[in-house]
Amino acid sequence: MQPILEIRNLCMDFGGLRAIDTLDLHIGQGEIVALIGPNGAGKTTVFNCLTGIYKPSGGEMLARSPKTGEARRLNGLKPNQVTENGLARTFQNIRLFGSMTVLENIMIGRHCRTSAGISGAIVRNRATREEEKRIVQDSYDVLKKIGLARYVNEYAKNLPYGAQRRLEIARAMATDPFLLLLDEPAAGMNPQETDELNELIIGIREEAGITIFLIEHDMKLVMSLSDRIYVVDYGKKIAEGRPEEIKRNPAVIKAYLGEEVDA
Amino acid sequence: MTLGEIKKSLLAAAWFMFLTFPIMVIKVNTIQKTVEWHWERLLYVAVGGFVFSFLWRYFLRRKQGGRRPAAPVETDEPEAVPAFQRLIHDRRFAMPALVVLGLFVLVFPYLFSMYQVNIMTTALIYVVTGLGLNVVVGVAGLLHLGYAAFYAVGAYTYALLNLHFGVSFWLALPIGAALGSVFAVILGFPVLRLRGDYLAIVTLGFGEIIRLVLENWNDFSYGPSGIANIPRPKFFWFDFSLEQSAVFIYFLMLAMVLLTVFVTNRLKDSRIGRAWIALREDEVACQAMGIDIARTKLSAFVMGSAWAGMAGVVFAAKTTFINPASFTLWESIVILCIVVLGGMGSILGVILGALVLILLPEYLRAFSEYRMLIFGVVLVVMMVFRPGGILSEVRRTYLFKEGLSKDGSLS
Amino acid sequence: MEYFIELFFSGLTRGSIYALIALGYTMVYGIIQLINFAHGEIYMIGAFTALIVTGVLTYYGWPHLAIILIAAVLAIFYSAAYGWTMERIAYKPLRDAPRLSALISAIGASLFLQNYVLLAQTSDFLPFPSLISDFAFLDPVSNLFGTTDFLIYTTTGVVMALLTFLIKFTRVGKAMRATAQDRHMAMLVGIDVNRIISITFIIGSATAAIGGVLIASHVGQINFFIGFIAGIKAFVAAVLGGIGSLPGAVLGSLVLGWTEAFFTGYVSSDYEDVCAFVILVIILIFRPSGLLGRSGVQKV
Ligand SMILES: Nc1ncnc2c1ncn2[C@@H]1O[C@H](COP(=O)(O)OP(=O)(O)O)[C@@H](O)[C@H]1O
Ligand SMILES: [Mg+2]
Repeated sequence: MQPILEIRNLCMDFGGLRAIDTLDLHIGQGEIVALIGPNGAGKTTVFNCLTGIYKPSGGEMLARSPKTGEARRLNGLKPNQVTENGLARTFQNIRLFGSMTVLENIMIGRHCRTSAGISGAIVRNRATREEEKRIVQDSYDVLKKIGLARYVNEYAKNLPYGAQRRLEIARAMATDPFLLLLDEPAAGMNPQETDELNELIIGIREEAGITIFLIEHDMKLVMSLSDRIYVVDYGKKIAEGRPEEIKRNPAVIKAYLGEEVDA
Repeated sequence: MTLGEIKKSLLAAAWFMFLTFPIMVIKVNTIQKTVEWHWERLLYVAVGGFVFSFLWRYFLRRKQGGRRPAAPVETDEPEAVPAFQRLIHDRRFAMPALVVLGLFVLVFPYLFSMYQVNIMTTALIYVVTGLGLNVVVGVAGLLHLGYAAFYAVGAYTYALLNLHFGVSFWLALPIGAALGSVFAVILGFPVLRLRGDYLAIVTLGFGEIIRLVLENWNDFSYGPSGIANIPRPKFFWFDFSLEQSAVFIYFLMLAMVLLTVFVTNRLKDSRIGRAWIALREDEVACQAMGIDIARTKLSAFVMGSAWAGMAGVVFAAKTTFINPASFTLWESIVILCIVVLGGMGSILGVILGALVLILLPEYLRAFSEYRMLIFGVVLVVMMVFRPGGILSEVRRTYLFKEGLSKDGSLS
Repeated sequence: MEYFIELFFSGLTRGSIYALIALGYTMVYGIIQLINFAHGEIYMIGAFTALIVTGVLTYYGWPHLAIILIAAVLAIFYSAAYGWTMERIAYKPLRDAPRLSALISAIGASLFLQNYVLLAQTSDFLPFPSLISDFAFLDPVSNLFGTTDFLIYTTTGVVMALLTFLIKFTRVGKAMRATAQDRHMAMLVGIDVNRIISITFIIGSATAAIGGVLIASHVGQINFFIGFIAGIKAFVAAVLGGIGSLPGAVLGSLVLGWTEAFFTGYVSSDYEDVCAFVILVIILIFRPSGLLGRSGVQKV
């Protein structure tokens, strides 16, 4: 089967710094793939390139929608176009819309799947009203699925930390992606929250059939969740394989030497 | 009020006395070679500096939650909805209040002199421009410092079209709005890609360019002397007396305020409105959630400018005379003050802000000299202590049948 | 050709003065990414302080040279003090607030300072006494530029060299660069970020005051409003050169000065102020990082 995401020879330079160096990577439909590496290895930069926030200095990025089977080059797309194409992400440093309610945060996720414009908003014709109702309902359904329903009308900034991380995932889910990019979703979570996250991610894959590409430092989580793992260091891929293989890989152990393996 | 606090305030007072000494105390005349000393001012500065420093630190502590709780325990101050805000959201109170207010507004022109009516009309024009700018700055978070230029576009549209082609006020109204939008697109298309602070400078520059062009292009705009004898609006073929006309414009403005409130309110509670707010909150996340920020910014910008254009037409019709001096940067900043003081994004707040900032200086003549000085203070103090404005925006809450039955905590 | 040379030098003078203001702008912007709208006001306050000191000392019959020195020193000192105070009041509490808040606060500070001077002094233009007698050694070129022009060129050159040295080679300069790059990281490695920001404001304000004194003696009159338009133009110059870059600020200022001089000389003087804004729009559209700026990617 053809991969739904393919990265070939990706490079990203910041001034003199090469943050990503000829990276190759592919992800198949329904997989959970992890990207790990020490801090500053370039993991987040990979996400930023994929989602159009950075313009890569070189390489190819292709996404293939499992529904249509159509391949689409991601290079040069704007972030919103990437999201429209079915890739949605979360941010390592939480970036919620703090003074909007939890539900409204999700409703923003529905934006790119709906169409009401200014005139519709002013006249509030039937189509707009129905669409608005649908947005609210769909968003609420997403919240329930992610387990945040009891917070619906809270301001996002007032949520506990763990719930904010989940809200980021929920917001991304609301855009109907086929590939979900999670940037350190467990960062700052306590062990119980991390366990719940583990279940949530598996649930997303099993129930919604969404493929997951995640960056994570919590090795226990990575090892238990992932089908495959890529390891990067100084922007270069130093290993790839199944969790057991990665655990034994000498290059990986060396890169992580001195780094806490399960921070 | 500890000794340490007093000491700090005294120190601050001394610093302010020292700082303001040359400019406050000494006035020189370099031609006649005379020097005037105003020592008494030093005393004002001392007292003012002491009080200011004391209050400043008190409020700063309170804002930061105060490590030393000087005030009686006041938890979560910013989160708690103020009593006033609860009142206006309580239907039992809001409905009668609205009725009384409505009646007062309707009989206002018959109770007060024409002078008062004119002032109120001016205030209402500011309400409309404030609400328009609120869409751009308050809701979408785009700092627009050239708003007066779009106001000028509207005013000159009516004045010039009327002068050359006899276009009536009613026809000029939509044309003014349309031209405001066109200018917004022309300016917005290239500059809205810019980061927020560059946008502020570019819009400021654009505003100045428009003003300078109006001032210097005599053949087109009649230069600094402006255009006079602009006709007041007619109502069908009625010919109003001066007084009737003032009342008519008052009601016209009132209708426009209602229209503006209606439209901006609906916009805020819509798909586009949410996108505007998300844009203000976090541009990167907004874009990553699939929102085309270029289009979203442009739509907010155009919306706000259309309103300025329309208000400009009314302004020209009301004053019957316009010249570039009415559309300086300060005009833009006054409108910005209204938005900031009232509460960015809050419609009721902006209305209150406009009334306070425009009516107060009118009625307190003694203090009108200090108007701009106070506006400056308002901007800084509001940003430091209450960035949400006097009435911060309360987000709408959505209700669910399902959610209610399942989860008791939902309201 | 003669006209061209005349315009060239008048542009050079303009540009050098913009540069003195733009240097402070660019430093402050570099370190806290804030357009310090009130920077122009600091420059105006420098000019006013110099005028007042000069007036008082002239009244008491002090010698010219002493007056010039004391006026310049006090102007610099007071501007720095205003800059420091303003930062403490209007910007420091907003360090972690959204950019829009700090920007609005800056506009407020600018509005306040203008009206403070307007109310405490006057709205009229005040003649600024010319104290500097013509340098004899400039006589052969006096048809090209005057003594104040000469002083402006040299001061700008010296100030730029000093600032460059400060930023490149001193401990404070290193700390400034670190703070500019990543404030939180700088804090983590033990830099007192608040102190560094204060120092930046003080230095930037002092530089602006030098500009204020020079232009006041060059133009011969000042009022409360001179800071605003000069500040905006200096900002345009800083952006043109690449904001955050000291040589860029000077280059941008010179380009702007010459553009204005030639435009008003050859085309029309009515639209002098439009020049700057048109340049700004063009540069931001085609090369937002400026002539000498590095094109950075906003970190996400
Ligand atoms: N916008 C940027 N400008 C300059 N350098 C950057 C930028 N974004 C990331 N970098 C650098 O690229 C490297 C990789 O960063 P990142 O992808 O965030 O690492 P991580 O693997 O911890 O997510 C780091 O050295 C970082 O400083
Ligand atoms: Mg990272």
